[in-house]
Amino acid sequence: MERVDEIMIDVENLTKKFGDVTAVDEVTFHVNEGEVFGFLGPNGAGKTTTVRMLSCLISKTSGDARIAGYDISNTNDSLKIRKLIGLVPDNVGLYEELSAYKNLDFYGKLYECNKTQRKENIEHFLRMLGLWEKRDVAAGAFSKGMKQKIAIARALIHEPEILFLDEPTVNLDPESSKMVRDFIMELKKEKKTIFLNTHNLDEAQKICDKIGILNTKLMATGTPEELEGSVWGNKTVIQLEQVNDMILDELNKLSLKKIIFDNNKLTIDVVNPKKENPLIVAAIVRAGGQVQYVTELSPTLEDAYLKFVR
Amino acid sequence: MKLWKSWVIASKDFSVFRKKKSVIYSVILIPLLMSIFLPFIIGSSGVNGSGLSIAEFTSLLNSFSFFFVILAASLTTVIASYSLIGEKIEKSIEPLLATPTTDKEILLGKSFAAFLPPILSIYIGLGIFMVLIDKMTYNTLGYFYYPNWNIAIIIVLVAPLASILSVELGVILSSRVNDVRAAQQLGQLIIIPFFGIYILGEIGYISLGINSLLVISVLMLVIDVILFYISTLTFRREDILTKWK
Repeated sequence: MERVDEIMIDVENLTKKFGDVTAVDEVTFHVNEGEVFGFLGPNGAGKTTTVRMLSCLISKTSGDARIAGYDISNTNDSLKIRKLIGLVPDNVGLYEELSAYKNLDFYGKLYECNKTQRKENIEHFLRMLGLWEKRDVAAGAFSKGMKQKIAIARALIHEPEILFLDEPTVNLDPESSKMVRDFIMELKKEKKTIFLNTHNLDEAQKICDKIGILNTKLMATGTPEELEGSVWGNKTVIQLEQVNDMILDELNKLSLKKIIFDNNKLTIDVVNPKKENPLIVAAIVRAGGQVQYVTELSPTLEDAYLKFVR
Repeated sequence: MKLWKSWVIASKDFSVFRKKKSVIYSVILIPLLMSIFLPFIIGSSGVNGSGLSIAEFTSLLNSFSFFFVILAASLTTVIASYSLIGEKIEKSIEPLLATPTTDKEILLGKSFAAFLPPILSIYIGLGIFMVLIDKMTYNTLGYFYYPNWNIAIIIVLVAPLASILSVELGVILSSRVNDVRAAQQLGQLIIIPFFGIYILGEIGYISLGINSLLVISVLMLVIDVILFYISTLTFRREDILTKWK
């Protein structure tokens, strides 16, 4: 029997207004258990506001949202939701005077972990992050990347089912960003449900199973491949020595979707490049054409992003 | 409401304060210096033989003991500023608010953190002050002036209520100010009414005896209740994240 994934984050027409300003406008999406969902959008798109609503930090204006079945607008449920989730806000917000260990221990207590659980989890995460030897060093002495990793460990100290990450690699150097990304990939392997706010397209593509593009409204959702495909289909570019009518006639016989030629270069829309490209090249050769090179033009996530946010 | 959570938050703040030398110096040194400096004035000014009547002399001692109320209000502002605005500046407030703690538990924890160190320090200072005054005035008065009802009311009612007033003011100020120093400077305005009372006592306009202290306590209790209501309205998750400057 096929396993039906449990919906961990279920959002229906969620809206947040600050006075007359609409920060999040009727957003609908859902995230399954063990899925990594990326929220892409420009600054001010409402990504942080959405995370704050889902973390029960701010109230919604209208719509519905449930976290693991609990209603975010129900006061009794909000404490249960906060126990189920871990949040890494866009600012790490560690207590710089306290050691890495004490920072994590403090949060472990507030998340109601017992002493043994706190001790085991702190050691587990600090070892996993390569910071165990520096556990007694004040957090203020760590690099930005290390602080971000401690902030992620802080959000995981109570073993939450869902992790919200708000711009976890923003302002980090490439090495630190990679460190944090690798850690998120480790968590993905552990089948944690992760909600990632980012405007790093490369990061979203590498990490996320599903992406939502937000610009106050949710412009599109889908897998990275689906979003890329929604911009345009695949294109094949063929540079010829000379384009002539015989070649075009021969290509028209293939019932291709669209052919554009410019300066002896053909740009052809294809549905299945692996199947269609050999047929196209064969047709050109049959018509006496001389192929100089063939390249495939695929839309990127950036193309999709720009299409939806512009 | 889980009180232990408030205590966890307060304990964390105590650990943070321990690393801040300026806070340590303010909270420990100032009451300690006052507890020695005020008896020193009594001793060195020769009040014992100055011709002041016993009533005038005890009135002066009462006024001096009121100094510790001013200190309770003033020092609490220092801690409250660090406790709340420090959390806001270091951006640690959001992860704290994301934990399964209620607004009231956090507010109470922050209040414990701002209230307990200064009040304990004031009590220690008052203890030293009483011992030294007793030692210096025993020959003049023929009895130990302290402990008495005056100082008991200051210890049990006036100083704690003044300190609570400062905590509440600190919460309200935290929502409007983004800088620890600015909050401390604004918070220090709280000492003006207390200083006014002290001056009135000194010039003999009012007597800082038991009745006056009880009236002051009742007034402060009323103000504390009003400010508590305002501070709980101010200290709401959503407002902290979206409206606090």
